[in-house]
Amino acid sequence: MKILLITEQRERKWNHVSFETLAAAQQIVQQTKGSLSAVVIGKGVAGLTDELAGFQLDEALLVEHDLLDKYTPDGFSIALRQVIESAKPDLVLLPHTYQVRDFAPKLAASMGKGMIGDCVGYRYENNKLIFVRQMFQGRTSADVVFTGEGPWIASFQAGSFRADIAAKNASGKAAVKPVSVELKAEQIRTKPLELFREAKQAVDLTQAPVLVSVGRGIKAPENIALAEKLAKLMGGEVSASRPICDEGWLPMDRQIGSSGQTVAPKLYLALGISGAIQHVVGMKAARTIAAINKDANAPIFEVADYGVVGDLFEIVPAMIEELEKK
Amino acid sequence: MKIGVFVKQVPAKDAPLTIVEGGAWIRENDISFETNEPDTYALEEALRLKEKHQGEVVAISMGPERAKQTIKEALAKGADRGIHILDAEFYKLGPLASARSLAAAIKAENFDLILTGLQSDDHGFGQTGVLLAELLGRPHATIIMAIEVIGTGLKLKRELEAGWFQWVEIPLPAVLSIQSGINKPRYATLKGIMAAKKKEIATVDRKSLGVSDASTQHIERIYVPQKTKKTEFITGQPKEIAAKLIEKLRHEARVL
Repeated sequence: MKILLITEQRERKWNHVSFETLAAAQQIVQQTKGSLSAVVIGKGVAGLTDELAGFQLDEALLVEHDLLDKYTPDGFSIALRQVIESAKPDLVLLPHTYQVRDFAPKLAASMGKGMIGDCVGYRYENNKLIFVRQMFQGRTSADVVFTGEGPWIASFQAGSFRADIAAKNASGKAAVKPVSVELKAEQIRTKPLELFREAKQAVDLTQAPVLVSVGRGIKAPENIALAEKLAKLMGGEVSASRPICDEGWLPMDRQIGSSGQTVAPKLYLALGISGAIQHVVGMKAARTIAAINKDANAPIFEVADYGVVGDLFEIVPAMIEELEKK
Repeated sequence: MKIGVFVKQVPAKDAPLTIVEGGAWIRENDISFETNEPDTYALEEALRLKEKHQGEVVAISMGPERAKQTIKEALAKGADRGIHILDAEFYKLGPLASARSLAAAIKAENFDLILTGLQSDDHGFGQTGVLLAELLGRPHATIIMAIEVIGTGLKLKRELEAGWFQWVEIPLPAVLSIQSGINKPRYATLKGIMAAKKKEIATVDRKSLGVSDASTQHIERIYVPQKTKKTEFITGQPKEIAAKLIEKLRHEARVL
């Protein structure tokens, strides 16, 4: 299978999920006895392309244009469509980043093709490539296959593959090939303005040894005090899944997950968190994960070391009592 | 400003999901449904834009007969009228075939602005807004955290990863997918619920749109995910559970 990997950089810095997808692409190439080309797109990215060529792949494609300096969905779609149409891959792989979500479905549709996005893995069985993705907020998995002619377009969620297993190039360096694309300023309808961060964060959750994290199961803002008390007794901080911060029950800087912080504490205690993939990618590196949830089928139990199926409003007060004993 | 907002009906968050034999889909008969939560933020944003800049808000949903309920809820919150694209088996459509149907059904409306939620809580593809923009030939922006109307276009705050944001400007007409948390969605008032009864819902049979059902992808099987970790479940009365869990965290995992 001929694979084209599209990597991601911003301001000449890698988005490291690119290397997780590179590891996946290398694996599929090996199983299907195919070939791998990898694209770096932007402006002033020859250095990154050279670095990429040090990995096991057949060629590194350098796609540069003044109008690709700053990301726009129009610019990237128009340019990458030209790259795909000249490279003629069977499969285009991308890391499932916010930027990819923004342009890849458009890129696929502009060629009349579909995209299987947000995959967490794949299987190669009987000469067939099956993509695995989550549905119903992680409560079920699904095997999804492409139908019809390629090029097929798929993206892998962060954390699905290990970036550190991406193989280096056995023969030193792959060929670097510049690919010219035609792009006119009037084709780009979006005007990208400045990048910025919100006001400095009040709490650095990445430094907390213990996180007591709350999800929808906490039910009401006044119940968060219960988690705060437990966190204090455990020497940790309170964090939350996205819906709690969306509701304004805790500030956004307490949010764990793909749109919040990525943490790896000694202990992550999930209270009433179902464990959708967007949350799990932010906390699965914790040394020990314990979860309390009333739903025995909650996906959080897939990553938990210790699980309690029950009512957190009964169990947490009992834990507080137990910790106050000494 | 004439705004179209797409609202999807999905299984309720606490609905117990069971999978039909063979894994083609979930059993829909005995569960309750609700409006896809990310779409409620898109609807709220549409209503606020209308309140500020005048115009009309049209709530559009594709799905079986029951999806009308989701449109009714949008009307009760303040949308002016609804369009129901009826298809009992639309869950079988891939994201591109779905978007083609939606685009065909609303093309003649010529909306100034189309809003969608970030993704659906069932399939979770998160592609509909971007695909609609491409199919309708309009610019788009996704993961929007703030909307300002400037002249003939919009200034938008996009959420990027790891705490970064970006301002972008796009001309109208356009399509936006709204990030959850952008606003606080309102509840329907009793007055709103009463008023909604007089509002129009146009029903369009999806099959009458002349859009090809040809799919680019196919869900072979849905199943309960395999565990990646061996979870030790702790059982008993709450007090016993608390004591056992803390004992294990202290002396087995040594993290307390």
